[in-house]
Amino acid sequence: MNKTKSIVLGMALASGAFAASGAMAATTLENVKEKGHLQCGVTSGLPGFSQPDEKGNWTGIDVDTCRAVAAAIFGDAKAVEFTPLTAKERFTALQSGEIDMLSRNTTWTLTRDASLGLNFAGVNYYDGQGFLINKDIGVDDATQLDGATVCIQSGTTTELNLSDYFRAKGMEFKPIVFDTSEQTVQGFSAGRCDVLTSDRSQLAALRSKLADPESAKILPNTISKEPLGPVVRQGDDQWFNIVKWVLSVQINAEELGVTSANADDMLKSDNPNIQRLLGTDGDMGAKLGLPADFGHKVVKMVGNYGEMYDRNVGPDTPLGLDRGINALWTEGGIMYAPPVR
Amino acid sequence: MKKQTIDSKPAGPKPWYDPRVRSLFFQILAIAAVFWAGWTLVENTLSNMESRGISTGFGFLDETAGFGIIMSLVPYDSTMSYGRTFWVGLTNTLLVSAMGIIAATLLGFIIGVARLSSNWLVAKVSLFYIEVIRNIPLLLQIFFWYFAVLGALPSPRQSIEVGGTMFLNNRGLYVPEPLTQDGFGLVWGALLFAIAAVVGIRTWAKKRQLATGQIFPTFKVSVAILVVLPVLAYFIAGSPLEWDVPALKGFNFGGGITIIPELAALWLALSLYTASFIAEIVRSGILSVSKGQTEASKALGLPNGLTLRLVVIPQAMRVIIPPLTSQYLNLAKNSSLATAIGYPDLVAVFMGTTLNQTGQAVEVVAITMAVYLTISLSISLLMNIYNRAVAIKER
Repeated sequence: MNKTKSIVLGMALASGAFAASGAMAATTLENVKEKGHLQCGVTSGLPGFSQPDEKGNWTGIDVDTCRAVAAAIFGDAKAVEFTPLTAKERFTALQSGEIDMLSRNTTWTLTRDASLGLNFAGVNYYDGQGFLINKDIGVDDATQLDGATVCIQSGTTTELNLSDYFRAKGMEFKPIVFDTSEQTVQGFSAGRCDVLTSDRSQLAALRSKLADPESAKILPNTISKEPLGPVVRQGDDQWFNIVKWVLSVQINAEELGVTSANADDMLKSDNPNIQRLLGTDGDMGAKLGLPADFGHKVVKMVGNYGEMYDRNVGPDTPLGLDRGINALWTEGGIMYAPPVR
Repeated sequence: MKKQTIDSKPAGPKPWYDPRVRSLFFQILAIAAVFWAGWTLVENTLSNMESRGISTGFGFLDETAGFGIIMSLVPYDSTMSYGRTFWVGLTNTLLVSAMGIIAATLLGFIIGVARLSSNWLVAKVSLFYIEVIRNIPLLLQIFFWYFAVLGALPSPRQSIEVGGTMFLNNRGLYVPEPLTQDGFGLVWGALLFAIAAVVGIRTWAKKRQLATGQIFPTFKVSVAILVVLPVLAYFIAGSPLEWDVPALKGFNFGGGITIIPELAALWLALSLYTASFIAEIVRSGILSVSKGQTEASKALGLPNGLTLRLVVIPQAMRVIIPPLTSQYLNLAKNSSLATAIGYPDLVAVFMGTTLNQTGQAVEVVAITMAVYLTISLSISLLMNIYNRAVAIKER
C-alpha cells in the first residue's frame, strides 16, 4: 500500500519536474504558436515607422516588419498584437519576455548587441542623425553650429552622437533633453533651442508638426550611422533565424521582382531563385521551422521591401523620404540580403 | 540531594511557554524570512540576468559618459565618467529641492496666515490661490510655467537688458559672475567676525532683558553689523572683486552665470504647488491654538505681531511640523518631474541618458531609488530633530 503510494507520488513529482523543464525549454516559436499571435514591441507613435491610424490599425515600416513575421508563422499578417513602448522600456520588455520581438526603430550598436542579452536580426532602415534648424538663423551647415543650443529627445543614441560630433569638430553646444518627441518639438518651436537633432527619417515628420513647417529646414549633414532593425532575445537561434530571414526574403523578393500583386503568378515561375523564395522548390521553410510557403505568404500579405518602404515612408507619403541608401544594392543603395538557397 | 533542589531557584516555565523566549523566537524567524526573501530576489535576478547574457555590476560607472549636460554644479564635461553624471544629476536635484523647500515654506506661511486675516479681500484671495493651485496636477503646472515663461520671453538677439550687465531671454537669465581677486579673504574674515559679534550681542541682550526688562533693538543692530563690516573690509582691501559680464557671441550669450528657464519653471511650479498645501497646514496649526491664548496675550498688552510671534506660532508649530515634513518629502520626490521639461535632475540624467546608454537598468534604478530614500530620510531626520525641539517639554 505504502509502496504504491510512494511510487505514484514519485511519478507525479517526476512528471511535474518534466513538465516544468519542458515549459522552460519551450522555444519562442512554440510559445507564439500556442498564443496564436505574435507580440511585437513598437513605438507609441512615430509617423512612417509605427503609428495607429484613424481606425486604430497600426501602420508603418516597423509594424510591417512584425506583420511579415506573423504572416510567415501563421499565414496571417493580422495575427500580431502591438505593445507601444518608450525608448527606455523597450529592452526590458524584450528581456523579460513581455514581447516576442522588438521592432521599434532601434539602432544596432555593439553595446546593445553584446551586453543586453539581445540579437539584432538585420536592418529594415538605414538612418543617420541630422539637424532641423530655424531658417532665420541663417546657418547652412552643421559646422557653423558652434555654441548652439540643441533640443534632443532622451532615451536614444542621439545624445552621444551629438556630443561626439561637436567634440570632434572642437565646437561647444548646450543640450536640452526632453522626455518625448512632442515636448522636443514644442521646445524647439518655443525658441528654447536653435537646432533640433534626431534621426533624419524623423526630422521630416517632426518638421511637419511645426505650426509653420516652412520656417525650418533640415541641414544637409548626417553625423552618424543609425542602422535600424528588429531585435530578438539572445539564446533562441531558431527565432533569431526566423526574424532575420523573413526580412531577407522581403529584400530578395524586391530584387527578384516579386510583389504582393504578382506573388500568385510568380508561383509558376521557372526562375529557381523565385521557386526557392516562394517555396515551390526546396524545403527552406522546414529548415526554419516554418511552413514551406512562408515566403509566398510574406510577400503576398505584406509585400516586398520596396513596397513596404514606399507605403510607409516613401516619396508619396507625408514623410516623403527618397530611397537614398535604402535602395537595393543593384540600384545604388546598400540594401542587400543574403540569398535564399 | 533533596535539599539542594529546594535551595535552587524555582524553575521558570519551560522555554517554549516563556513569553519572552517565544516573542524573541518569532521575531528572529520573521527577520530571517525577510532576509531570505530579499536574498532570493537578488540571487534570482542575478542568475536570470546572467543566463540571458545581460551584463551586471557597477563597473559601468567608471566608463566615459560621452554626452553633454546643460547645467552642472560640479565640474563636468562629456569626457567624464557615468559616475560623474550621477553627481551632476544629484546636485541638480538637491539644488531645486532646497530652493523649492525654502520658497514654499516662506510663501506657504504667508498665505496660511493671510487665509486667517480679518481683511475679507486678503482672506478670499488666499483661499482662491489655495483652491486653484492645489487642485491642478503638478505636471500640468510645470508645463504651464515652462511654456508660458518661454513664450513670453524674447529670443537672444532681442534680450531684455538690465543696465547692460543682466540679460533675460528665452535661453535663460544671464547675470554677471563675481570673480574674487587677491585680498578678498579680508571680506570673508570680516563677515565671520560680524556673525560672531551678532551672536554675542544677542546673548547679551537676552540676558539684559531677563535681568532688567529693557529691550535692546537686536534685529536692527544685527543687520547693521552684518552689512557694514564686510562692506568696510571690501573697500579697505581695495575692491578685490571683478565681474564677468555676459556678452552676446554667436548664437547666444557667453560668460557670467546662467539661470536656465527649466530650473526657473520647475522651481516656480514646485514652490507654488507645495505652498498651497503648506498654507493649509499653517492655518490648521494656528487654529489649533485655543483662542484663550490670544486673548490672554492681548490682555497683557502684546501687539498683534508679537502675539503671533511669541504666543501663537510657537504653539502652532507643534501641530505644523509633522505634516510639513511630509510636504517637504513630497516636494523632493516631485522634483523628479523635471525630466518632462528637460531640467537635468537625477532622473533625467542618470535614470534617463545613463541608463539608456549603458542598459544597466537594475543597477541604475536601484541607485536612484536609494538616493531618493536617503534624501527623504535625511529630511525626515532633520525635521524630527526640530520637532523634538519645539514639542511640549514635560518636566
